Amino acid sequence: MATHSTFVNTDWLASHRSPATASRQRGRRSPSATAAVALVVWSILLGWTHPTRGGQLAPPPQRIVTVIPAVTEILFAVGADAQIVGIGSFDELPAGAAEIARVGGLLDPDMEQILALRPDLVVLYESQTEQAEQLQRAGIPLMSYSHAGLADIVTTIRSLGERTGHLTQATSVATRLTQRLDAVRARVRGRPRPRTLLVFSREPLSLRNTYASGGIGFLHDMLDVAGGDNVFADIADERVAQLSAEAILTAAPTVILEIRNDGGFGVDIAEQERAVWRSLPAVPAVVRDEIHFLAGSEFVVPGPRVVDAIEQIARLLHPDAF
Amino acid sequence: MSVRRRFFVTQALFGGGTLLVCCLAPLIGPTTISLTRVFDTAIPFAENVDAQIFFIARLPRMLAGALVGATLASAGVVLQALLRNPLATPFTLGVSAGASLGAMIVIIFGVRLSFLGVPATPLASFAGSLVAVGLVYSLARARGRGLSTNVLLLAGVTLNSLFSATILFVQYLADFSESFRAIRWVMGNLDVSSYDPILSALPMVGLAFVAFATLPRTLNLLALGTDHAATRGVNVLAAQRLAFVSASLATGAAVSVGGPIGFIGIIVPHIVRLLVGADHRVVLPASAMLGAAFLVTCDVGARTLMSPVELPVGVITALLGGPFFLWLLIRHS
Repeated sequence: MATHSTFVNTDWLASHRSPATASRQRGRRSPSATAAVALVVWSILLGWTHPTRGGQLAPPPQRIVTVIPAVTEILFAVGADAQIVGIGSFDELPAGAAEIARVGGLLDPDMEQILALRPDLVVLYESQTEQAEQLQRAGIPLMSYSHAGLADIVTTIRSLGERTGHLTQATSVATRLTQRLDAVRARVRGRPRPRTLLVFSREPLSLRNTYASGGIGFLHDMLDVAGGDNVFADIADERVAQLSAEAILTAAPTVILEIRNDGGFGVDIAEQERAVWRSLPAVPAVVRDEIHFLAGSEFVVPGPRVVDAIEQIARLLHPDAF
Repeated sequence: MSVRRRFFVTQALFGGGTLLVCCLAPLIGPTTISLTRVFDTAIPFAENVDAQIFFIARLPRMLAGALVGATLASAGVVLQALLRNPLATPFTLGVSAGASLGAMIVIIFGVRLSFLGVPATPLASFAGSLVAVGLVYSLARARGRGLSTNVLLLAGVTLNSLFSATILFVQYLADFSESFRAIRWVMGNLDVSSYDPILSALPMVGLAFVAFATLPRTLNLLALGTDHAATRGVNVLAAQRLAFVSASLATGAAVSVGGPIGFIGIIVPHIVRLLVGADHRVVLPASAMLGAAFLVTCDVGARTLMSPVELPVGVITALLGGPFFLWLLIRHS
């Protein structure tokens, strides 16, 4: 089973449940209470949300739970790993790290297990409003965040570092990440940017159910930094769903880049999958045999390793620049 | 006008309309293509984008739509007559749920396999529909003599919910992007982008249509009741078996091409009956033609309305079919 909360998916979820829904749900309960109860509830609510805002005032949390792969990676990167007590079922740990209790995924976190770990900070994605409500009822401090694009990773690294008492290391991680991104940008600057079709999912051995990156979100940003022009840059969505053969022929990409979050591209498989594209011989990428396959969780987990993914893409698109 | 003459006039009208729709459909699309370029043999095919859009992207879709639409609509007619139930559809007897389960398993467990150019998903969905048909048939036969249509109906409905529960369980085990793909499969998609899936479904659908061609007179008698049909010399069991098996296998093949595209099997036969009456000798061929024209038209909408994003064709048929179905229910009561 593959990584659970890939960014492609988390934002799909985020669009389902907006923060407005959450506040509406909270709001339904309090007006029915008496004034005194409301006051108590309000002060408790303030108390709960307070640490989220002014993290530096409270002592750094020592028992952190998260169910999101990117957050786990960021916490390790900023040096907060010793404070983590629970992680998501699909999170990857750095080589050699001791195993940590697994508490479910983005969609199905095991709240009972999370509560049993007695966390003093739970990091949630913005879309996890139900879990946020449950944690607030249990009086557990939480921090929720959302990722819409590449720039947000740097922000999240800083805010997680600040909240966990590792601001210095977080700042240096964020600075290093920014520097490496800038270095890639500098290498590809001024070079011709190939019109690239970035495919992240389709049916094996067929061009049916092909999903490509639209003009917003991580995949688009990653391609942009790596020096490629997204053929679907005009589409204001994270993904172009069910791309038709006609749309691919019309878009006429000069490079086709397929990414996957697992190591599913052995040499044989890549060769078979490359052959599938030959059914559209007029596509320039097919004519030039510029069909590439990249696999790895760094392509789908919007954490500090995203720059590794971008470097790989840049090397593919601009082999002469490296 | 004699009955014979009326029959020919009706079929000619339906046939002409369907032919017109099928000829126009490949000319419509999000991209403007030039027909002279499409058929210009001076340009090599590999460099002729217009020809590729026409022959790879649009023509197979039109053919797939016509094949699936005709099959589902005629299977609907046959099953409504067989079950003597105007609300029966090709999916009532569990075929689509079986096919969906097969497709889900392949999508979610990432099976990589292909046979004669047909990828795993259509193969698995056809296998799933075979399992469903086999189960429903043996259940209906288990109650002794004959093929009880009541048991057939109940077994089909029960199997539908059993398979749906299994589908939910399989989806629960999956990751989002796989679930998302699986859900999209259920919404239907005719973008076959090659002729292989159509060719591989053709033998099964062809056989079923041969069987359908022998059925209309029998269906007319069965519609009056099995006893009545038996006294008029119909071998009821053989006829029921032929109707059920051919309609179900054809449905399985159609679903393997385009996914379980809903409502065609119910709205098309009813529209045809409203237009031409209840005689199956007229209704069956006319439904096949209207089904083809209807689905091809819906697919033009699917690929143009939100281009380059594809609107699932099943959503369009259901949006048109749902209100029609409700109207039908109110009208009947």
